[in-house]
Amino acid sequence: MNEYLYLYRGGNPMGSPEEMQKTMKVWMGWFEELGKKGNLKDGGQPLDKGGKIVKGKSVTDGPFAEKDLVGGYSLVLAKDLAHAAELAKGCPLLQHGGQVEIRPVLKMG
Amino acid sequence: MELTEHLFRREWGRLVAALTRVFGIHQLALAEDVAQDTLLRAVEVWKFRGVPENPSAWLMTTAKRRAIDLLRRQRTARAQAPELEWQLQSEWTLAPALDQLLGPDAAGDGQLRLTFSCCHPRLSEDVQTSLILHLLGGFGVREIAAAFLLGEAATEKRLGRGKRVLARSRQLFALESRGEFEERLPAVRRALYLMFNEGYHGACAESAIRVEVCQEAMRLTALLLAHPWGAGAETRALAALQCLHAARLPARVDGDGRFQGLGEQDRSRWDQRLIAEGLRLLHAAAEGQALSTYHFEAALAAVHASAPSVAETNWGAVVSLYDRLLELQPSPVVALHRALAVGQQQGPEAGLAALQTLEGRERLADYPFYAAALGELELACGRRDDARGHFRRAAALARNPTERDHFAARLAAAAGPAAPAGPPHRPA
Repeated sequence: MNEYLYLYRGGNPMGSPEEMQKTMKVWMGWFEELGKKGNLKDGGQPLDKGGKIVKGKSVTDGPFAEKDLVGGYSLVLAKDLAHAAELAKGCPLLQHGGQVEIRPVLKMG
Repeated sequence: MELTEHLFRREWGRLVAALTRVFGIHQLALAEDVAQDTLLRAVEVWKFRGVPENPSAWLMTTAKRRAIDLLRRQRTARAQAPELEWQLQSEWTLAPALDQLLGPDAAGDGQLRLTFSCCHPRLSEDVQTSLILHLLGGFGVREIAAAFLLGEAATEKRLGRGKRVLARSRQLFALESRGEFEERLPAVRRALYLMFNEGYHGACAESAIRVEVCQEAMRLTALLLAHPWGAGAETRALAALQCLHAARLPARVDGDGRFQGLGEQDRSRWDQRLIAEGLRLLHAAAEGQALSTYHFEAALAAVHASAPSVAETNWGAVVSLYDRLLELQPSPVVALHRALAVGQQQGPEAGLAALQTLEGRERLADYPFYAAALGELELACGRRDDARGHFRRAAALARNPTERDHFAARLAAAAGPAAPAGPPHRPA
């Protein structure tokens, strides 16, 4: 199995409290499912809004654009990139207009 | 920790109630924004890390941090909750004041305060109930629209109107003067009564959202009962009425999801615990001096809840309770139910006579259950052709598919060889 980084971008689960709770339940179910199948190396962390971009000597605030904002990340185990993409299709973020960016983690040897 | 059902919805009411105290009713929109942000944050964090040990405390703390942030930024700009202004303006008292306002003890009173505020005399009862469902029950626009069979735009408009009036009222209803409390109490009870009824009787297929409306009305009635000024005989009678009706909810839908009237229900599915609680409350309600419509409606529900079958129901008691109710609240719909009870007690011909001479019957001309009641009684008299005519008319007047199906089924039964006595009306 290889390691992949999932970056969750965009997609705000707006709605009534009941709808938000449902969204959260779906997420928890999805993580649980990945865990059960042995595909979850590390559930990862949520990331807060606000940040800095350091470039050369300048430090600026950002990123701000909803679509660029990474809301969290996880580490997933999959056979290959295609498999990792397949697994991401169940991500509830996709129901709310968000996207999952998948990047392979480079191995040592 | 496991996520309890409707946790967010319930917490929403606590958050908004507490936050409106902090920001003042004139900043209701801000209070709602903070509550929304708080729940959003919970979604973001909990989905990765799981539900915390004490979710309510987590949410309140998160809301508190956000509120402190906003108040620090806002301090010079404008007045906060007028009655708390000075405490929130000094760095020394800001945090302790918020601890108190957003602390665990504040929750019950805060929700009651906001409920009373929603029952503003300038708002119609429709607006009041929608507003309570929205602000305290955490029901979204779509959910209220579904429960009240109203369009989303109309619901939005209703809520907007309510919120504008609320925001213009100088401050939250204070639970400090007994005189003011008692002056508004009847309106609060009435709103909770209507809210329950809407969930229970509303002309609509059984759906989860409607049961939840009933539960929310019961939750707020329980808060009122827990308040020393709110716990009078009429509130007890209202709570009794809700319990005794809610006890029958599990039996109102059969295995195929079809609506079941009182006569068809499998009474073994009635919730005995709720019936016992309802009877206890009704008993406690008798201690007061005044007998309200809630008393008679609860007593009626108690007669039904205590009867093992339609045939073994004490119809004499039902008829006299309807007589008393009519004295307090003359209404053709109540009279219609009384006539049906007369039919059960004295036979269908007597029931028909009562229906045909019913005061205000012209107002029932388009009411499908009037036609259906005529159909049931004609059928019980063995006049199938007449019965079918009435059921056909009822079906034509039906306001939704559930009603239409129900009357169509009665029409078919009236044509068949054996016609078991069906439910002549919605459960009273």
